[in-house]
Amino acid sequence: MAVAKVKSLEELMKIKEKAVKDLQMRDTQKKGKVVVAMGTCGIAAGAKDTLQAVVSELSQKNINDIAVVQSGCMGLCDVEPTIEVILENQDPIVYGHVTPQQVRRIVEQHIIEGKVVSDLMIRKGEL
Amino acid sequence: MAIETNTILICAGGACISSGEESCLSALKKHISHYSLEKVVKIVETGCMGMCDAGPLMMIYPEGVFYKKLRVEDMERVVKEHILKGRVIEDLLLEAPKSEGKILSPMDHHPFYTRQIKIATKNMGVINPLSIDEYIAHDGYFALQKVLQEMKPDEVIDTLKKSGLRGRGGAGFPTGLKWELTRKEVGDKKYVICNADEGDPGAFMDRSILEGDPHTIIEAVTIAGYAIGSNKGFVYVRAEYPLAIERLREGIRQAKSYGLLGEDIMGTGFSFDIEIRIGAGAFVCGEETALIESIEGKRGHPRVKPPFPSQAGLWMSPSLNNNVETYANIPSIIRNGADWFAQYGTETSKGTKVFALAGKIKNTGLVEVPMGISLRDLVFEVGGGIPNNKEFKAVQAGGPSGGCIPNHMLDTPIDYESLKKIGAMMGSGGLVFMDEDTCMVDIAKYFLEFTVDESCGKCTPCREGTKILYQMLDKITNGEGQPGDIEKLEELCRFIMETSLCGLGQSAPQPVLSTIRYFRHEYEAHIDRHECVAKVCRPLIRYVVIGEKCVGCTACARVCPVDAIEGAPKKVHEIDPEICTRCGSCIEVCRFDAIVKESP
Repeated sequence: MAVAKVKSLEELMKIKEKAVKDLQMRDTQKKGKVVVAMGTCGIAAGAKDTLQAVVSELSQKNINDIAVVQSGCMGLCDVEPTIEVILENQDPIVYGHVTPQQVRRIVEQHIIEGKVVSDLMIRKGEL
Repeated sequence: MAIETNTILICAGGACISSGEESCLSALKKHISHYSLEKVVKIVETGCMGMCDAGPLMMIYPEGVFYKKLRVEDMERVVKEHILKGRVIEDLLLEAPKSEGKILSPMDHHPFYTRQIKIATKNMGVINPLSIDEYIAHDGYFALQKVLQEMKPDEVIDTLKKSGLRGRGGAGFPTGLKWELTRKEVGDKKYVICNADEGDPGAFMDRSILEGDPHTIIEAVTIAGYAIGSNKGFVYVRAEYPLAIERLREGIRQAKSYGLLGEDIMGTGFSFDIEIRIGAGAFVCGEETALIESIEGKRGHPRVKPPFPSQAGLWMSPSLNNNVETYANIPSIIRNGADWFAQYGTETSKGTKVFALAGKIKNTGLVEVPMGISLRDLVFEVGGGIPNNKEFKAVQAGGPSGGCIPNHMLDTPIDYESLKKIGAMMGSGGLVFMDEDTCMVDIAKYFLEFTVDESCGKCTPCREGTKILYQMLDKITNGEGQPGDIEKLEELCRFIMETSLCGLGQSAPQPVLSTIRYFRHEYEAHIDRHECVAKVCRPLIRYVVIGEKCVGCTACARVCPVDAIEGAPKKVHEIDPEICTRCGSCIEVCRFDAIVKESP
């Protein structure tokens, strides 16, 4: 495969931007994270779709400083799928019954605007 | 669309490979594909992560969880527990020092990492060394772009001079000055050389840099070419470093395909090519003039200086020679400026130094620390102290050309001048740690054996002198030393240092002189009382059974390879010193601590 030769700062920047995107996963200096519970109970309740929705929603809105992490069952099997939103200097919030539609609301209201989506909230603070 | 959920970095540095990284990797891939996770889990092999003692190492993102001492059997758990269920595997985590529990991400919390400042090794263990894109993502080749399109050669040299960078190969010559001298020389052809002929026992920083971040060296050597006005560079690597050679070769290929090396780089009209030369592994070829002879295809013999390589080096043309680690600092200095670099380190020694920690130390591996850090911090904070509750005795700095630093000098700051003052040297950065069980005469003999082997034989003081030194030390460790031997040793050492042709001979007596300086009492004990304090020198020690402790289990008698142990079951055993070969097998099997070493 022939690669275009790099001739300028701009072209070098372009390669960098593309490569940085591929390396985002390795940046642990993030503002926060979304934990998706992927226990058997969660997966049975649709957590895989929820996870998919979280990742695509974040990437569509160009949000790069939030890590998406999977966890085991957090013990709230009744309200699965559950996700936990942990932002810097804020109490972690656990949301229950999170469908892909709800994911959009959580990303827009909580992660972007910083307002807790109270009707979906199950728990506030550390366990 | 498949969503990438995890990235697994697995350390593919030399040490991790030899402790089983490759079989772990293939097992990991097998389990990943068993659960059809190929599309969501990205596996990347990186360069050395530094903590070689705890290898093979792995880091799993997005959390940045760090796993140590991996075995093939652990890979199933990594996939099933960590990747699928998000559960951290406790027993693979690193222990915190002072038993404060386990550490999830040591990069932020373990003193081995938090005390480090990474400049020369900043990409090592972070990027895939075989990917130029990942190097560019970490600001790679931006220094080259800046130099070629925005700076004049004199500005580059000025920046280096201001930064205070000095040669990391050992001697500490100011790098900017060296570049300036070579630039000023007139000649239609000039050469850039990268010395990767790392030969000190226990030193492996240059290998790790080449293996972990080859593009840094390619970028820096090209910058050097532009600065001194040269179109051709040579990287001289020893044949014992096949992985470094392979990765460097691939790096050169990638850089050429991006137009960052070769003809008309970045459309600027500047052309530069890099050739790898493989050395056969003679220690003397780390000496710059011998290295030059070797690149020319001749036997690696040093030349008389002057003329210096900057005046008449490779094929008698002006040549610039720097060490791998020196080059590895340069792209960061160009990008961030001289002042940024000069904020680290001491008045006369700026920046950082990479050290290879080896020997009797808990965290053996590779670290980059700011100049001026005290040896004490390096040993006990970064290095984690001495294993098995033993006492720190000394550290050999600078390998066979350097000297030892004893316990009471641990607060010495590490910089070129301070180390020189106490009779050691910075050297290339190999640090071999020794505990109370090390005999200092034996250590001096060990290093002399090395230099006797490696002396090229061109000049008499080095060829004959080191051999006589070795024979004298051998006599002393055999209990045949005579009063006055120490003075004779010292005289011969000074003679060899003053009259040898090259750095090898000029520094070879250092281990002897420095051990005499700080451990003269051990030499005296060997000579006057035939006593080896550390109980190492076999002719001076005996193995003895303590009657009160021996229960007569016969374990020692059974394991003794020469049948030197007599004794019936349930009776106290006895060792015949005439037959005993001092192999130590009996001490190892005795469960009652009933056998001890005695000297004399």
